[in-house]
Amino acid sequence: MSLDAKIPAGPLAEKWSKHKFNLKLVNPANKRKYDVIVVGTGLAGASAAASLAELGYNVKAFCFQDSPRRAHSIAAQGGINAAKNYRNDGDSVYRLFYDTIKGGDYRAREGNVYRLAEVSVNIIDQCVAQGVPFAREYGGLLDNRSFGGAQVSRTFYARGQTGQQLLLGAYSALNRQINAGKVKMYTRTEMLDVVIVDGKAQGIVTRNLKDGKIETHSGHAVLLCTGGYGNVFYLSTNAMGCNVTAAWRAHKRGAFFGNPCYTQIHPTCIPVTGDHQSKLTLMSESLRNDGRVWAPKTAELSQKLRKGELKVTDLKEEDRDYFLERKYPSFGNLVPRDVASRNAKEIVDEGRGVGGSGVAVYLDFAESISRLGEDAVRAKYGNLFDMYYQITDENPYEVPMRIYPAVHYTMGGLWVDYNLMTTVQGLYALGEANFSDHGANRLGASALMQGLADGYFVIPYTIGDYLATIGPKPVDTKHPAFEQTKKEVEERINKLLSLKGNKTVDEYHRELGLIMWEYCGMARSEEGLKKAKGLIHNLRADFWKNAIVIGENEEFNSSLEKAGRVADFLELGELMIDDALMRHESCGGHFRLESQTEEGEAKRDDENFAFVAAWEYKADNQPEVLHKEELVFENVHLTQRSYK
Amino acid sequence: MSEFKETFNSSLGKKLIMALTGLFLCTFLIVHVGGNLLLFKHDDGFAFNVYANFLTHFPPIEVIAYLLYLSILVHTLYAIVLTVKNRKARPVGYAVTSSDNAKWQSRNMGLLGSILFLFIVIHMSDFWYNYKYTDNVPYKEYRTDLSSGITQSVEFVPTSPKFENSVTTENNFEIVRVKDLHERVKGSFSNVWYVIFYVLAMLAISFHLRHGFQSAFRTLGWVHKKYTPVVQFVGTWLFAVIIPLSFALMPIVYFFTRN
Amino acid sequence: MRFEVLNRNTTQDFRLRTTDFIKMSNGNMNLTLKVWRQKNAQTAGKFVNYKAEGISPDMSFLEMLDVVNEGLIHKGEDPIHFDHDCREGICGMCSLYINGHPHGPKRAITTCQLHMRTFHDGETVTIEPWRAGPFPVIKDLAVDRSAFDRIQQAGGYVSVNTGGVPDANEIAIPKVIADEAFNSATCIGCGACVAACKNASAMLFVSAKIKQFSLLPQGQPERYRRVQSMVAQMDAEGFGSCTNTGACEAECPKEIKLTNIAGMNLDYFSAKLFRQEELHEQGHGEG
Repeated sequence: MSLDAKIPAGPLAEKWSKHKFNLKLVNPANKRKYDVIVVGTGLAGASAAASLAELGYNVKAFCFQDSPRRAHSIAAQGGINAAKNYRNDGDSVYRLFYDTIKGGDYRAREGNVYRLAEVSVNIIDQCVAQGVPFAREYGGLLDNRSFGGAQVSRTFYARGQTGQQLLLGAYSALNRQINAGKVKMYTRTEMLDVVIVDGKAQGIVTRNLKDGKIETHSGHAVLLCTGGYGNVFYLSTNAMGCNVTAAWRAHKRGAFFGNPCYTQIHPTCIPVTGDHQSKLTLMSESLRNDGRVWAPKTAELSQKLRKGELKVTDLKEEDRDYFLERKYPSFGNLVPRDVASRNAKEIVDEGRGVGGSGVAVYLDFAESISRLGEDAVRAKYGNLFDMYYQITDENPYEVPMRIYPAVHYTMGGLWVDYNLMTTVQGLYALGEANFSDHGANRLGASALMQGLADGYFVIPYTIGDYLATIGPKPVDTKHPAFEQTKKEVEERINKLLSLKGNKTVDEYHRELGLIMWEYCGMARSEEGLKKAKGLIHNLRADFWKNAIVIGENEEFNSSLEKAGRVADFLELGELMIDDALMRHESCGGHFRLESQTEEGEAKRDDENFAFVAAWEYKADNQPEVLHKEELVFENVHLTQRSYK
Repeated sequence: MSEFKETFNSSLGKKLIMALTGLFLCTFLIVHVGGNLLLFKHDDGFAFNVYANFLTHFPPIEVIAYLLYLSILVHTLYAIVLTVKNRKARPVGYAVTSSDNAKWQSRNMGLLGSILFLFIVIHMSDFWYNYKYTDNVPYKEYRTDLSSGITQSVEFVPTSPKFENSVTTENNFEIVRVKDLHERVKGSFSNVWYVIFYVLAMLAISFHLRHGFQSAFRTLGWVHKKYTPVVQFVGTWLFAVIIPLSFALMPIVYFFTRN
Repeated sequence: MRFEVLNRNTTQDFRLRTTDFIKMSNGNMNLTLKVWRQKNAQTAGKFVNYKAEGISPDMSFLEMLDVVNEGLIHKGEDPIHFDHDCREGICGMCSLYINGHPHGPKRAITTCQLHMRTFHDGETVTIEPWRAGPFPVIKDLAVDRSAFDRIQQAGGYVSVNTGGVPDANEIAIPKVIADEAFNSATCIGCGACVAACKNASAMLFVSAKIKQFSLLPQGQPERYRRVQSMVAQMDAEGFGSCTNTGACEAECPKEIKLTNIAGMNLDYFSAKLFRQEELHEQGHGEG
């Protein structure tokens, strides 16, 4: 099978307009004859469900949380980019496009990224019209800030809760359609499989988490808006419930998985305190604007600090290594996320880490506090400092913060074409669930932008093209595929419930996470990846023998829910390793130790790896097949990043 | 009309009724305490009795009085209705509850209100009912020498059972004949149990209004950065301190200065 | 300087590091948990006592429950069910009533932000679900809060379709108004206000959304319609009435102000008693 990304021909700036015109339309009177299934109600899902219902389609929306408002988009802090150029500082659609392509280390499609930048301006208009309370200036107009090292101020924000406010906006639009009877909402319902009829996605199988009822739902198209898979690392900044199951089940039914190894690791998270740790908390990277990252010069000093023989505030200036400022004099503490993360890891690996675990570095505000005053620092970062204090019981106004990188976002996801359709007809993937726009690395404040762009402004156009093609004929719910898929889901559940071994599902998950973090985290090597592959393989085999799953299906059963998700993570983990092994270059969030410059910077290999890796599932215990979508760059010139 | 019915059947509408009747009762308290301060006048109840007579015989005041009785009943009735509804909203209670997230009085308005209702029933049957509908309150005659301004009081027994009051002028003397409620007050305030009950009821009213007055404004939606502090101040100092304290001082002073 | 292939990448070192973590997590706090267990909405529930041993003060309250649950699973027993998701205080999913307080004894945080250092060794901790008629227990400590969604569906939105909206900067909003609207909008819909209220009233939650929109110009066209629909739905769900005790405000993890309720009341009474326009019923039309 060859991959056709369906990028429209023509000049970059006209691609989307032209494409929109060329897409088939569904007659308004016919729209109500179509059912569309939307799985997930985060930014992508809620905005898609609402927009499609507004157009007249019948939407069935699903989320595993108790309310669509709780999807993990809600936790995004920083902001959302848009090429509004309200600041008159030289921003433009083209600049946002360029920054995104470059930030993604030239591993994203030009066409997609340009479209993203183009619709970004509409998103802000839409959200403001919905009543999203963005930050404003005294003149009453919207405020912007510069974010994630961008040279222009194009980030719109709502204090540190931008994701929450945007999601509540989309949720309100969704609510309006639920009230209008155009969306039927299923909460506490988890999608466990896709039903494929004659090569087309026509339904899903779900489990009602409250009573275990397994049901099938039919639709003319299925949209997966199910987020990322960062929880494969066990510890991440993702919510506890975030999982890959929907995407993975779709993958096993024929949807290719794009660039699974591309994960983003965020440098400023609160460090792990112990084995009990269930998730990690991110602090906005705006902290690096005023905080200085450092570690003790020697491992001996670090040991003394860890044992409490030495107080951090007593450590002499000459014993401190401000390693980012030292290595990257021009960018200093503001180097991109991956660079900052990798350097923190290096420090820890050298035994110079700090804190009880030794797995952290300092982020110090002493200099800013003495320069700007405590009040000014509090005004800027008060809520973050409070959060840090709350979690660690250490006052960051008095002692430096301890930070360590954590998995934050997955750029990889289901492969989709320009229309957001996966390799399965009628099966779409939106938001973080797809691989499309961020390449090998995502810029700050771009995740929210992409989720809403897909949901509000892309899918309402592109889905019509497909629906018009297949026609409004009702879905044949009697087709044996529905019953068959449901049976397979039930069999799998029964298999999980029969596991009465001696190790909890969380223990497997934690072990998988450690393997992934160690070997497929911030720095990856052939040797490590190969070892990880074996470890995961064995772990998975052990899981299906020795895991403990409690209770029965016909009840609210968190043990069973977790088991199903971890089983899928165990399979995904191996694919990520395969992908990372295959990509013998460093790009964006993917750093291969074998591919670096003399200065230890990531070295891309555009000649051999300027492609999207799309993996095709064949059968259990068979290697997946790699398909390559060559990336064509007609507008930007590929350069190596340098932050020296 | 159905719109009004719907409004007052809603949870907010019921609260509105509570707030309006409550505030109306508050304004009455101001009048009531003002009149009762006449008890502190050393005139053998002259001013007080004239005031009591005025209240019961001036028609507009009588209309307001009936509104007042109605308010008490409606306030009580809606309190019961809301309490039942609120209880229903939590069919299974907590094993552990805490008390530090809200002021005591705000959580015990029902208890305080019940004490007050009991008090009002006793209070009204004692004074108002006896005054208006029985012969249990004696009469008194006040003779004021118009040249010297000195007033003397004497017992007076009306000849006709229908007699209510009279003001006449004889020989440079103004003669006022009214029911001597003051005598009855003195009688009640000499009973130690009555005094204790009265003082406790005033304590209840203090707490009830400490929450109730400002809460009524909140219910009405009248919350304002600049004026809410004024409401809080008035609610605390006037309604929770000055008024209950003034009322409470009456039985205390009468009890300790009784013959 | 190049990043090295680390020789620590051996299974032995890997194990060492894992045990390092495990050692760290061994705290020395022991607690007794008195937990509400209820199989489902139909069966009666009861309190069951559990020992939480070796608890580290650095654990979050939910991580402490994770540890207890791991122990239960090892014994083949049903783990304690509780709602949780983001574990950083924003999704509003976690909902435990701990020692008489929604989200525990500390103010302005959610259950997931509560750390064990708040408790002392040997303490008995009582954990109950949110208690309210409109929040029926699903299992153990998890309750059904879909009533909140239905209230929002009744009118918690601005009726604009995707596309065709004016430029974002065409609507100027004074900063103070925008900030105040934000304060109301910050509600996470966890239901702690209902749990804390002695009347199980949902008015803080409902009024926060109403106030957000009544402050903003975008919310004006539907201002009086919205308040009526949302209050009607709130009443239909069976929540109690507000008596302005302020317990909701005190326990709200996002410190939503009681003044929101007053704002809702004023809008409601204006709508019902003074405004003349009809309340148009929501059409179930083409959407």
